[in-house]
Amino acid sequence: MTYGIRLLVWGERACFTRPEMKVERVSYDVITPSAARGILEAIHWKPAIRWEIDRIQVLKPVRFESLRRNEVGGKLSAASVGKAIKAGRTDGLLTFVDEDRQQRAATILRDVSYVIEAHFELTARAEAGDSVGKHLDIFNRRARKGQCFHSPCMGVREFAANFQLLEANDAAPVVDPALLGKTIDLGWMLHDIDFADGMTPHFFRAQMTDGMIAVPGFDPRGVKS
Amino acid sequence: MNAITNRYEFVYLFDVSNGNPNGDPDAGNMPRLDPETNQGLVTDVCLKRKIRNYVTLEKEGSQGYAIYMQERAILNNQHELAWKALDIPADAKDGYKKLPKDAAKAKELTDWMCMNFFDVRSFGAVMSTGVNCGQVRGPIQVAFATSIDPVVPMEISITRMAVTTEKEAEDQSGANRTMGRKHIIPYGLYRVHGFISAKLAERTGFSEADLELLWRSLINMFEHDRAAARGEMSARKLIVFKHEHAMGNAPAHVLFDRVKVSRVQGEADTPARSFADYQVTVDAEALPPGVSVNSLI
Repeated sequence: MTYGIRLLVWGERACFTRPEMKVERVSYDVITPSAARGILEAIHWKPAIRWEIDRIQVLKPVRFESLRRNEVGGKLSAASVGKAIKAGRTDGLLTFVDEDRQQRAATILRDVSYVIEAHFELTARAEAGDSVGKHLDIFNRRARKGQCFHSPCMGVREFAANFQLLEANDAAPVVDPALLGKTIDLGWMLHDIDFADGMTPHFFRAQMTDGMIAVPGFDPRGVKS
Repeated sequence: MNAITNRYEFVYLFDVSNGNPNGDPDAGNMPRLDPETNQGLVTDVCLKRKIRNYVTLEKEGSQGYAIYMQERAILNNQHELAWKALDIPADAKDGYKKLPKDAAKAKELTDWMCMNFFDVRSFGAVMSTGVNCGQVRGPIQVAFATSIDPVVPMEISITRMAVTTEKEAEDQSGANRTMGRKHIIPYGLYRVHGFISAKLAERTGFSEADLELLWRSLINMFEHDRAAARGEMSARKLIVFKHEHAMGNAPAHVLFDRVKVSRVQGEADTPARSFADYQVTVDAEALPPGVSVNSLI
C-alpha cells in the first residue's frame, strides 16, 4: 500500500453506462471504479504504473435525467465488404448516415460530485527510474495546477469533469445530508475490465454507507461475467 | 502538418431568435429543455454536425479536409479507401473485420484516416464498423450548450394552402388546406464550453491550420445553416483561453468562471428577448501565469 491521493471531481452531467443497458443507455447510480481510473489516467499515467481505486465518496444525492439524440446505428457485415472488394465494385455497400440513424435515449445523472481516493502500484513495465514517489509527485503537481493530458470526463466525453486535488491536510468535502445515516445497496456494479485477460469485465457488490463506497482490490481471479 | 502544442479551452455564446436550435426527438421535436430548470439545451453532437458541415462548405473536398461523417456519406467506402490506398491485403479468414495483427500496419490505417479526414483528426471516430481502421480519440471535446436563462418554447400553428393526397382534397370538398406546427423559442442565449488537448492532437496530427479552421467554423457555422426551423441563429462570443504548456497551466473550471454573462435588462432567471439584455464580461485581470485570453468575436 503506497501513499494515496484524493481527487475531488464534479460535473453537470454524467453517464456511467450499465453494460446490460448499452443501446438505450442507462447510467449506474454512481461513478464506477473503472471510470474513476479513467479520470486519474487523463491527468497522469504511464505504462509503469497502475491506478487502484480504494474508495469513492459520493457527495450529492443521485438524480437522473432522460435525453434522446440521433446517433449512427449499424455495422456493415465484413462478408459483404469482402465480396464487394473481390468484385471490385462498391455499389450495394451503402451506409448513409441519415438512413442509418438511430434515436437513442440515455438516462443520465445530473449534478454529480465525488471524491476519488486511490493509490497506484508499479507494474511489470516499470524501469529502474520509476518510483512510486516520482509518479505521485507528477500526479500531485499536475492535479494541483489543473493540468491534464486530455480533459477528463464523466463517463462520456460530452460530459466534462472538473477536478481539484485535495491536499493531505484538506478537510473532506461536505456530504449531502440526504446520503448520511444509511447504507444503500447499489447491487452488482462494474469494477473494471481486465485487459490482460481478453477484456473480461469484473464486477463487485457496491455498498454505499454515508455516501462512501469501499472498492475492493481488483483481483484478476475475482468475479467474472 | 505539425500538431498544436498548446492546450485550449473556449467559451462560445450563440443565440436564437424565433427558432428551434435543436429539436428533442422525445418531445415531438420541441426545443430541448432541461426539465429541472427550463433552460434550453443544445447537444454536443448538434454543434459538431454544424462544424462538419461548415468545413465541407469551406474546403469543398480539398485534400486532407474530407469529412467522414457526411450526411449521406458512405462510411465503409471511406474505410475501404484507406485499405486500398495503403495496399493492405484483406485477411484470408476475417476479411477486413479486425485490425491488422501487425500494429504498425494498423497505425498506418489510422494515420491515413486522420490525415485525410478533418473530423476524424479533430473529433475522433470509432472505425471498427465492418472495415476496421481502429479507434481514434480526437483532441476536441465539446460539452452541452445551456441557455443562460430559462426559455419558453411556443407552439405556432401554420396553414398550408395545399394538401398532399387526392383523398384529403375530397374529404375537404376542395378547400385544400392543412394545418402544421412549428416550435420556436422567442429568444435564447446559449453558452457552451469546449476543450482542446494538445497531447491528443499530437496523436491525430491536428494542426494550427486546423485550429484556425475550427475557430472560423464556430464563428461562421450558423451563417450557412439557415433553415425554416432555425429562425435567426448567430454566434455572439468566442472566448479562447490558451495555455503555454501542452498539459495546461490552470484548471479549466477556474478559467470558465472568468467569463460572466449577466442580465442588464429584465430580471435574471426570466426569459430574455435580445442579446442587448445581456452583458458578457471577461475577467482578464491577473490570469494564472502562462494563460492568455483572446476574444475572437
